[in-house]
Amino acid sequence: MNNFDYAKPSTLKEAIDIYKKYGEKAKLLMGGTDLVVLMDDGVLSPEMVIDLKGIEELKKLEFDGEYLHIGAGVTFNELIDSPVVKEKFPVIWEASRTVASTGVRNKATLVGNICSAVPSADSAPALLVRGAIVVIATENGDREVPITEFFTGPRRTVLSPGEIVKEVKVPASNGKFGGSYIKLGRYDGEDLAQVGVATIVTENKDYKIAFCAVAPKPVRAFEAEEFLKGKDLTDDVLEEAAKIAVKAISPISDIRASKEYRLYVSGVLVKRSLKASFSRLNGNGPAYGERLV
Amino acid sequence: MKREIKFTLNGDPVKIEVMPNEKLLDVLRDRLGVKSPKHGCGRGECGACTVLLNGKSIRSCITLAIEVDGQEITTLEGLEKNGMTELQKSFLQHNSFQCGFCAPGMTLTATELLKKNPHPDEEEIREAIAGNLCRCTGYKNIIDAIVDVSKKG
Ligand code: FES
Ligand code: FES
Repeated sequence: MNNFDYAKPSTLKEAIDIYKKYGEKAKLLMGGTDLVVLMDDGVLSPEMVIDLKGIEELKKLEFDGEYLHIGAGVTFNELIDSPVVKEKFPVIWEASRTVASTGVRNKATLVGNICSAVPSADSAPALLVRGAIVVIATENGDREVPITEFFTGPRRTVLSPGEIVKEVKVPASNGKFGGSYIKLGRYDGEDLAQVGVATIVTENKDYKIAFCAVAPKPVRAFEAEEFLKGKDLTDDVLEEAAKIAVKAISPISDIRASKEYRLYVSGVLVKRSLKASFSRLNGNGPAYGERLV
Repeated sequence: MKREIKFTLNGDPVKIEVMPNEKLLDVLRDRLGVKSPKHGCGRGECGACTVLLNGKSIRSCITLAIEVDGQEITTLEGLEKNGMTELQKSFLQHNSFQCGFCAPGMTLTATELLKKNPHPDEEEIREAIAGNLCRCTGYKNIIDAIVDVSKKG
């Protein structure tokens, strides 16, 4: 690992100033579970690493009735341990549990997960189906970007140097819903998703579907959602919805799975996820966190 | 570019100069002589390098030493300062390990689990140690040992 300079500012303003000064040559550090590996591999060689763990306001995890605020410093295990996340944002809770292993989740953060923007980011589908908003601190104040517009490609986002995601806020749902996140991996602990699917079903027959690991970036399947709107989930409807949903994805072959397998199994999993979400809506589904594959 | 950091290691204060790019695992092993954390994969995937940071298990191979300035680190050496823990005795009784390379990480991870949840079921135990790879044993005797402890107390 090349050497670098290290700063641990205690305010966002200070962090932005340093980031502005170094621009592309600086990298932000929170959990480090991605950054340190990339630096060690020589993929990244920043001149300056800005450790954000000294900024108190980023540690906030709070539900104010309208939004769940997930600060940039909130780790996956803190999300998993939060009763309000489990109760009101169960798909985020379920997805958080699938991230790597507990020793990684004690450091890795949800905000770091989306900022790394790998196509397989486990937190992304859950945030996509919940219509999350990314709050970005800049030198000219905050700006907000819907999660659907946040990712721009593999490891790419709308962020530019000098901009720091301070939190993700997730709107509360009014009304009953059921949801699920299914991650297909080769084994438990550490493995990245071959396919990840999140869905939400509401009592008004409103549907949301999102994928990770099967396109250059995590995506919503808007067309399938439109098709499903107002319909009952009969076998025929599910079949058709799955066909439309996979039009939203464009998987590649890699060490974890072939393109053909991903395409096929995405259709299978979207049906399974919709069924699980529907049964959870009706209170007779598997408990959140239970194995769905 | 060297920086002085101070942290608590197994209950004792430590002061050491580090470069920002030095990893906690290397500082512990090569500079402080604490050898229980092992270098397995070096990229966060095997759990051999597990240490506790303020009581929580982390991967010391992907943690910068400078990050733990002002924090508390516990390794196996600290855990057994006052003799073997119940969990370690149970591992012994069950012949849980063969080469032992995974044992420090496994022990710390299971210790964290039992502290948070003293009576985990087998599924919870498997989930907790899912990120700690053992290439010798097939895990059965490891899990049995933790199950035994979970039934006590
Ligand atoms: S050596 Fe750190 S996780 Fe493998
Ligand atoms: S006993 Fe050898 S790796 Fe676990």
